[in-house]
Amino acid sequence: MTLDKRMTLDDAVAQLSSGMTIGIGGWGSRRKPMALVRALIRSDITDLTVVSYGGPDVGLLCATERVRKVIYGFVSLDSIPLEPHFRRARQTGSVQVEEYDEGMLWLGLEAAARRLPFLPTRAGLGSDVLTYNPHLKTVCSPYEDGEELVAMPALRLDAALIHVHRADQAGNGQILGIDPYFDDLYCRAADRTFMTCERIVPTSALLAEGPIQSLVIQRMMVHGVIETPGGAHFTECLPDYGRDEAFQKAYAKTAKDPASWKAFKSTYLDVDEAAYQAAVEAK
Amino acid sequence: MSRFEACVIACAEAFRGDGEILASPMGPVPAVAAKLARRTFEPGLMLSDGVASLVDDDGAIEGWMPYRRVFDVVWWGRRHVMMGATQIDRFGNQNISCLGDFHRPKVQLLGARGAPGNTVHHVTSYWVPRHSTRVFVPAVDMVSGVGYDKDHGPFHEIRVVVTNLGVFDFDTPDHRMAIRSLHPGVSVDEVVQSTGFELHIPSNLPTTRAATETEQALIHEVLDPHGRAAATVA
Repeated sequence: MTLDKRMTLDDAVAQLSSGMTIGIGGWGSRRKPMALVRALIRSDITDLTVVSYGGPDVGLLCATERVRKVIYGFVSLDSIPLEPHFRRARQTGSVQVEEYDEGMLWLGLEAAARRLPFLPTRAGLGSDVLTYNPHLKTVCSPYEDGEELVAMPALRLDAALIHVHRADQAGNGQILGIDPYFDDLYCRAADRTFMTCERIVPTSALLAEGPIQSLVIQRMMVHGVIETPGGAHFTECLPDYGRDEAFQKAYAKTAKDPASWKAFKSTYLDVDEAAYQAAVEAK
Repeated sequence: MSRFEACVIACAEAFRGDGEILASPMGPVPAVAAKLARRTFEPGLMLSDGVASLVDDDGAIEGWMPYRRVFDVVWWGRRHVMMGATQIDRFGNQNISCLGDFHRPKVQLLGARGAPGNTVHHVTSYWVPRHSTRVFVPAVDMVSGVGYDKDHGPFHEIRVVVTNLGVFDFDTPDHRMAIRSLHPGVSVDEVVQSTGFELHIPSNLPTTRAATETEQALIHEVLDPHGRAAATVA
């Protein structure tokens, strides 16, 4: 018997709630589960802690006031180095943050995925990452060297959101791009994972487009799978599509102009995913 | 020799002796410089295409290096990164995170990115295209890259800081920044006035070496044919 974990975006969001810690896969403005982010914004969920190698996912959730705290190593739109909505949130003091070295963020997810309380690292030593994260502690090597190391605590997630290229209905996910980023770690660090994909295909067709090494997400990591063509828009989702640079530029500009933000929000965020995709198509 | 050429040569020289390591030049001038070093005196260097592939001089892919594996290399130590610096102090502490109070910054920048981990795990150099007192400050607002006066563990080395005015290192008894060389046409006074802290000034001040004819041809004809990197140097 084949498991069927197909659901809608709203089904997935119905399993999330205010105050949760949510990990978002992808990297910067690349292969972000934007359809899920948009669905979250349509809900009344707020007070989130977001863990992310951040891009417009973080920017949009900040701009729509869904976030209490952002846990990140960076927040960038890649072709636009600084995420303007996140920048605004920081500069107005509207979000709390835990800023880590990028490698520390990995180790925090890795520790959670391995069910460890922490993982030791030299990353962070001597830097103000320790100053501004006063909860961080160091440990001494129990061996002869006695070296002092940062104990990066596990970043446990209530839920993870990821976007992949192909999946089957049971939740096996395939990443056809050249970088899987940290998506599988988010899944294992989380109690629940919701995965969107460009297309759901039969399990027997998964190897038609990519090698076995592209089957990065196993169904035991995934609680819900949602087919959302264009679900990473406007971030990059190669080889299916590149970043929509014109759209991203327009999005970035809205951070400085309340009127254009209002227009952006009513055209692209106050509507369901089908209307969003239609508006993108029509622009 | 143009100022741009001096900057490229100085950045390329930073990679001399590195052998088969991952060179990670951030920014257009360091990118030209690392490629120049590989095509001339440092053929072992490995370079990313900026996405997830390692590419040779002709653009052929020689390896797969997604982000997760970049961190593996960082922690392994076989890497030399040349990063930018929004602020840097006399001990080489660097800031790319934010300006002002961290809790409510005047200007949010990139975030610490990989700087804390890079600087304690392998060789780091910096490239500053506009040497000024805004960049060379008495104290940085958020220590992202770790300097010599901090608890930095066993694998820390800040090799050089290259700017549009000269080359700086930390080869002094207490690792305070010193002038290593000045680019042609740059005076000590200009450097001192553009630096917000006291620099160690050695009695003998060399000039940054000139590009050879071969290097000039590579820079202008092969590596930066449209002058895009050149346009970034003040």
